[in-house]
Amino acid sequence: MKALDILTQLLELVAALAAAPLFLGWVNQCRAWLQNRRAPSIWLPYRGIRKLFHKEAVIAENASALFRVTPYVVFGAMVLAAGIIPSMGTRLPFTVAADAIALVGLLAMARVFQSLAAMDIGTAFGTLGARREMMVGFLAEPALLMVIFVASMISATTALPAITENLADQTLALYPSLAFTAIAFTLVLLAENARIPIDNPATHLELTMIHEAMLLEYSARHLAMMEWAAALKLFNYACIGFALFVPWGVSTGAGNPVALLASIPLLAIKLAVMGAGLALIETLSAKVRVFRAPEFLASAFLFAVLGLLVHVLLGA
Amino acid sequence: MTRIPFDMQLLNLCAALLLLLSFAMLAQRRVVTLVNLLAIQGGLLFAATLLLAWRTGESHLYLSAVLTLSLKVIFLPWILHRLIRRLQVYWDTEPLLNISGTMLVGLLVVVFAFGLAQPISALASTTTRNAIGIAVAVILLSFVTMITRRKAMSQVVGFLSMENGLFFGAMSATYGMPMVVEFGVALDVLVAVFVLGIFFFQIREQFDSLDLHHLESLSERQPLAADSPSDPVQSAPLIKEP
Repeated sequence: MKALDILTQLLELVAALAAAPLFLGWVNQCRAWLQNRRAPSIWLPYRGIRKLFHKEAVIAENASALFRVTPYVVFGAMVLAAGIIPSMGTRLPFTVAADAIALVGLLAMARVFQSLAAMDIGTAFGTLGARREMMVGFLAEPALLMVIFVASMISATTALPAITENLADQTLALYPSLAFTAIAFTLVLLAENARIPIDNPATHLELTMIHEAMLLEYSARHLAMMEWAAALKLFNYACIGFALFVPWGVSTGAGNPVALLASIPLLAIKLAVMGAGLALIETLSAKVRVFRAPEFLASAFLFAVLGLLVHVLLGA
Repeated sequence: MTRIPFDMQLLNLCAALLLLLSFAMLAQRRVVTLVNLLAIQGGLLFAATLLLAWRTGESHLYLSAVLTLSLKVIFLPWILHRLIRRLQVYWDTEPLLNISGTMLVGLLVVVFAFGLAQPISALASTTTRNAIGIAVAVILLSFVTMITRRKAMSQVVGFLSMENGLFFGAMSATYGMPMVVEFGVALDVLVAVFVLGIFFFQIREQFDSLDLHHLESLSERQPLAADSPSDPVQSAPLIKEP
């Protein structure tokens, strides 16, 4: 049985690494279709990453070691996060070490490193992007924690696999608290992954950038790592969402290879639906001014806390 | 975890959505949308009453459900929409607190309400006793809505939403008030909206605005100046009145 657990862990990591750019490509493709544009190839993110790996890296003269290390730290944090989140099976050897709160901390660490590296060179745009990223981050993080707390209270544990198992094993019941937190989580996902109401991932206008502004100084393999990490982050958030709100199809029992195999196409279907939904939200909404971002994230926090309160009071 | 029957789950969902609607009202700036939200709140109340009537078999709840539907979903919003069109008030002015601040105050109010309702819920014997806290929260949130708004229109919507909260509280604590009381309250609300509608026109004639802020500076001398027939600004709106 132990071997199967390790296999599950490896499968999840490989799947996350391989499927993250594909998921990003799918979202971009859906968005292009909805906006009546000709869609780029779904493989475009892979091609971009390969192209960047073949280029010669150029680094600013005054860059410190932090600037060089950051892409690897951010990428490593995202891979580790992908290992903790139960996207296919819940028997993961890694998850003994870290629960959902540690996961939020891991994501926060990646953010801090990215912001520090953006400020390291000392260009105006990098600093601007870093500051905005921190502003969005410090508002999104409590909302994300609240979302996780609601799920934790329902399952009486903060370990993500246990939460997923508990929610997946129950018969279908209406949870108003989970519905509220799902809305909150969607808002956090949009804000944290530089999606449209907060940031435009396809922008070329530096003044409105948040995430892209932090990457302006990176080139070649460093940029490739950062972009892959960004795709992984989106993939991870999608999988956190599945683990908390649509846990059906994840193989829960110990040593069940058939369930593990069955969970792969289910994950693909969930990701396809999620990507289309994400593209729809992005097409329907307009980018808000950066000063309105706190209001957007305050509503996410409000939804999450309402979910918590409703759970405390109604027990549902 | 104990299994909750499906109709109770639906009732809980209604209660949670009522709470959510109160927050939506707190955040809403457009008066038209505010009235629409009030109508949706009435609709939810109607659904909750029907569910409870079906579950408990209390026939008088069906009657109050019909009363809710006709009065709170159809009639009052219709009157308010008419008033908005007549008075040409579509937006409320900037409230005393910004939206995020109001929301945080609202959250604290909800926590307070839940604490307040805990002993009451412990005493109640109905199956819906958990929802009392939500009803108290809705009432207090409507208070906050009334306090943070300046325009008379939004305050009236807050007042009506408070009545909805009271109704929901009575329903979840004791399966509704006696029919006589319910009819009396419904009539009261109806009359209140009529009176307030007339009142709006009077306020606007007097101050050329529905901003209740002006009422604060009312003193002994001002009415004399306003009553003087030589003041063209004051008498102008009178002519426009339909």
